[in-house]
Amino acid sequence: MIEAIFEKFFQHYNFWAAVVIIFIGIYATIAKNNLFKKLLGLNIFQTGIFLFFISLGDIGSLETLGIGDATPPIIWKPAEERGYLYVNPLPHVLILTGIVVAAATTCVALALLIRIHKEYGTLEEDEIIELEAIRGD
Amino acid sequence: MINTVVEQFPALIVTTGVFSAFTILILGLLSRKICYYIVLIVTAFHFILSIFTLQHVLTKGRIHYWFGGWRPPWGIEYVVDELNAYSLIVILFLGLLGIIFAKRSVEKEIEERKLPTFYTVMQLLISGCCGVVVTGDVFNLFVLAEVASLSTYALIAIAGGKALRASYNYLILGSIAICFYLLGIGFLYAVTGTLNMIDMRIILQNLYENKMVHVGFVLVLVGLGIKAAVFPLHTWQPDAYTYAPSAVTLIMSTVVAKTFVYALIRLIFSVFTVNFLELYINAWNLVPWLMGVAIIVASILAYRQNNIKRMLAYSSIVNVAYIVLGISFFNSQWSLSGALVNILNHAVAKGCAFAAVGAIVYKTGIKDVGALAGLANKMPYTSGALLISMLTLIGIPPSAGFVTKFYLAIGCLEMQNYLMLAIILLGTLLTLAYFLRVIEQLYFREGNSTQKEEVPFSMLAPTMFLAILCLAIGIFWLTGIPLEFLKKSITSMGVIFR
Amino acid sequence: MNPILGELTPFVAVLTPAIASLLILISYKNPNIRETWTILATIVTFTLVFSMVPKILDGETMEFVLFEIIPGIEFAFKVDAFGMIFAITSSSLWILVSLYSIGYMRSLEEHAQTRYYFCFAWAIASALGVAFSKNLITLFVFYEILTICTHPLVAHEESEEALAAGRKYLLYLMTSGSFLLAATMITYVLVGSTDFKAGGILSLDSASEIFLQLLFVCYILGFMKAAYMPFHSWLPTAMIAPTPVSALLHAVAVVKAGVFGVVRIICYIYGIELTSSLGLGIMLAAWVSFTVIVANMLAIGEDNFKRRLAYSTINQLSFIILGVSLLSPMAIMGAMMHITFHGYMKITLFLCAGAIAVVTGKKLVSELSGVGKQMPVTVFAFTIGAVGMSGLPPVAGFIGKWYICLGAVQSAEIFNQPIFLTFILVVIIASILDIIYLLPIVKSAFFENPKEEIENKEFGRRLYFFMLVPLSITAIFSVILFIFPDIFSLIELAEVAVDEIYE
Repeated sequence: MIEAIFEKFFQHYNFWAAVVIIFIGIYATIAKNNLFKKLLGLNIFQTGIFLFFISLGDIGSLETLGIGDATPPIIWKPAEERGYLYVNPLPHVLILTGIVVAAATTCVALALLIRIHKEYGTLEEDEIIELEAIRGD
Repeated sequence: MINTVVEQFPALIVTTGVFSAFTILILGLLSRKICYYIVLIVTAFHFILSIFTLQHVLTKGRIHYWFGGWRPPWGIEYVVDELNAYSLIVILFLGLLGIIFAKRSVEKEIEERKLPTFYTVMQLLISGCCGVVVTGDVFNLFVLAEVASLSTYALIAIAGGKALRASYNYLILGSIAICFYLLGIGFLYAVTGTLNMIDMRIILQNLYENKMVHVGFVLVLVGLGIKAAVFPLHTWQPDAYTYAPSAVTLIMSTVVAKTFVYALIRLIFSVFTVNFLELYINAWNLVPWLMGVAIIVASILAYRQNNIKRMLAYSSIVNVAYIVLGISFFNSQWSLSGALVNILNHAVAKGCAFAAVGAIVYKTGIKDVGALAGLANKMPYTSGALLISMLTLIGIPPSAGFVTKFYLAIGCLEMQNYLMLAIILLGTLLTLAYFLRVIEQLYFREGNSTQKEEVPFSMLAPTMFLAILCLAIGIFWLTGIPLEFLKKSITSMGVIFR
Repeated sequence: MNPILGELTPFVAVLTPAIASLLILISYKNPNIRETWTILATIVTFTLVFSMVPKILDGETMEFVLFEIIPGIEFAFKVDAFGMIFAITSSSLWILVSLYSIGYMRSLEEHAQTRYYFCFAWAIASALGVAFSKNLITLFVFYEILTICTHPLVAHEESEEALAAGRKYLLYLMTSGSFLLAATMITYVLVGSTDFKAGGILSLDSASEIFLQLLFVCYILGFMKAAYMPFHSWLPTAMIAPTPVSALLHAVAVVKAGVFGVVRIICYIYGIELTSSLGLGIMLAAWVSFTVIVANMLAIGEDNFKRRLAYSTINQLSFIILGVSLLSPMAIMGAMMHITFHGYMKITLFLCAGAIAVVTGKKLVSELSGVGKQMPVTVFAFTIGAVGMSGLPPVAGFIGKWYICLGAVQSAEIFNQPIFLTFILVVIIASILDIIYLLPIVKSAFFENPKEEIENKEFGRRLYFFMLVPLSITAIFSVILFIFPDIFSLIELAEVAVDEIYE
């Protein structure tokens, strides 16, 4: 029984890793006080999603999960006839785009952070809120 | 011949838009003045194209455009039906007016050397939004939504000061939102193996019981919900609207907000379909109640605001809640019509309100409701426009806002939901309560000067035009001519009435 | 004689004041031209309205459909005998009150006069719209516009008190508007139409009995403009408005729109039969009887002149509703006619109150002693109005009360319920109370000696002439309406309307 669970767990360890990374990322994004750390958290979150997507490309592993009804775009044959494992390239392409988007987001965020630091001299959110309150509108 | 040309228009709007953005950036090195005119001309051109597109859709049916000739589900497909074409026109029209308004307003609020970049980003924003609206591919939607969102972050931050933190908050929340959306798409892709909306819809039909689909649905819903500022996911929105430059607030509240509302409707109805919602009707029935709470809470929050832009921002949350309320009663044709109608109505009314407020800020620098006293004597036309837009948002007949309320009321009754009807009507009264504060200040209190000082024509014209439209559109809906169109749009969303 | 513009006439009649309002706005720089537009519009509107009378008297109706909003609901105008009564009342009184307004506003050198005339014209347009509505939605549209465009008139003074009054005004009337919209929509969903049809569109098959009763309550709440208790307090508060506003809007157009709506609901949406079988008539009658008496008692204790008149208005409005809720032909006829009668008499009272306030600056009843010697004509006109209000001959108010008392007897016969006879008692008590709070004013004005020296100020002012003429005319008409009630074909119109309802 336990073995079966272990087996199931390790067979899809990449998905579990993605889940863990995603949660670490979300936690950091929401809970951290430092604006820069929030950005780091966001990047970790995005990385987790990329990992998840790329893992989807592994058709074989999906079929053992029982959700592999996906129509892979290149090869039309069902799994029995195919008789071999292959990796679906489409998620990789998507994630290339995703990485570009993530990089762009990070760029904008970093630019903003520089401006914020120039304006307030700090990146701690609570300090910035205090400073804003002192300055008024 | 002409038909095949029109079929290129959706793709043309997006590609030329993005192309012109970079043209502006380069030409901006030579002349800073030319940037504005390029954006203006390109957007006006796009607006004309979008009218042809709608006309084509209405007469010849849906447009399918395959990028690079790749057949879906492999290639990226742009699909335009009634709903897209309608949203496209709303977005481009308000974008156009926003750009006309922006010129003088931006000259005052932003340093001159930043103008080329400002207009570059503005053009990217509008193209991104158009892209979101015309695309028929869920992943492409993600990319274009990011184009639009990143532009928005930059545009908000251009104001400097408090806008920086507002923009950063929006960036973090917006990115989380888009990541949720992406994750949701991942789940859906895992079970369907396709990214094309129409294809996904067909494959999903047999998978409604699948847990992956449920997770995907919730993630997509939450992601787009944050972007569209659906209560209670709206927390970024009041700050962003308040501190952004006036022209940017105008564009955000109309173009960007409506884009994501469209995306929400498209994903819910065209990818997941009504059948899926019906399967989980008990869970889905929570949505109208949540929106009921949203209408009341956001109205009360609006009442407590002193900053007039912030007040209008909360009013936007109320209106988005009206739209989501409308789509949550998917069994009623009138309820859905109310939602669709409010996309245009709210865009026009809120655009007018923000334009008028922008004009007031431009001329007097006033941002607080309490300081507006006697402004009706000083700026009669702007005040008049603000008054009309507020009456529209309250929903006084025969303005556009009344039509929304009217359709939604019938929708609630068709669903036998009397309490929701009461909430909608209560919402009207609360809206009246907070706008009455502004109206009293404008018209019934003495100001210090009665010297007439109107804003430049290029700001006044769009404001007045929108104010007239508030009434004209209301009457247009009331004539009953567009009912056929609304019905078609609802059908194109995949809702078929028994 | 045919209506001037054929089927278009009702639409144009509504449109005329609306167009005039824009002309008023454009010519804000030149007050004389601005006022010319107002006067022209009043005359054109009245002519248009009056030209439709002969056709209506023949028992025909006129319809003009502007467009269909959604299947089953049109935005349409329809002229019938009952709508005609309301339209004639408001459009004829508008002429007089406009003249009066010119004198009043210029004497007091009021601010924001353009806004005042603009809103006034819109108020009349929407009152006519209410009168000529074909269905509840059209009525609702004009009802809401009426609320919105009269708010600036209430808050005209721009003092804190006036603004508070404006807020209260909107709170009550917009809430009522919401109830009306809800009830209208529910009716639409139940029967697929909201058209006014003599005999009613709802029936016992449409919904359960309790549902229809609740819907009725919703409708009555929707017509809060009728200022029945306990939802009356906005009306005395609104008396802070300039007197012409109180006179035309808060004695005729706005409040009568509420009463008009109640009549429409009982006779044209529910129908007499359904109302009586649901037991709604007697319940409503009991409710408003309470208002009739209590409002008069409150009037006795009120010292502010205009507020006292406001309580009198509340009393008379409920009195009209009482007439309708008796559900007998005589009583309904009386109620319909009383809309006009009360309009003329109450406007006389208000115009007198305003004139006294302009000339002497007195706004409290207790200050009025000896005013009769300063302003004999004005106080004489007031006396006529007061006598009419109390239901004494030879003023028109007597006819209304007489018909309603007859109606009570008739109801007792028709429904075989002697309890209806108690409403005669209500009418008599109300009339006695009317005498108690109105006639002492006349007495003290004429027969008591003023505290300061007396001087006849009535003819001294040039602008005052503008005020004196209208109030004399309304006073004279109050008497003429008693002697020849058919001067506006009033009885005939009421007969046609009642025939239609009981067909």
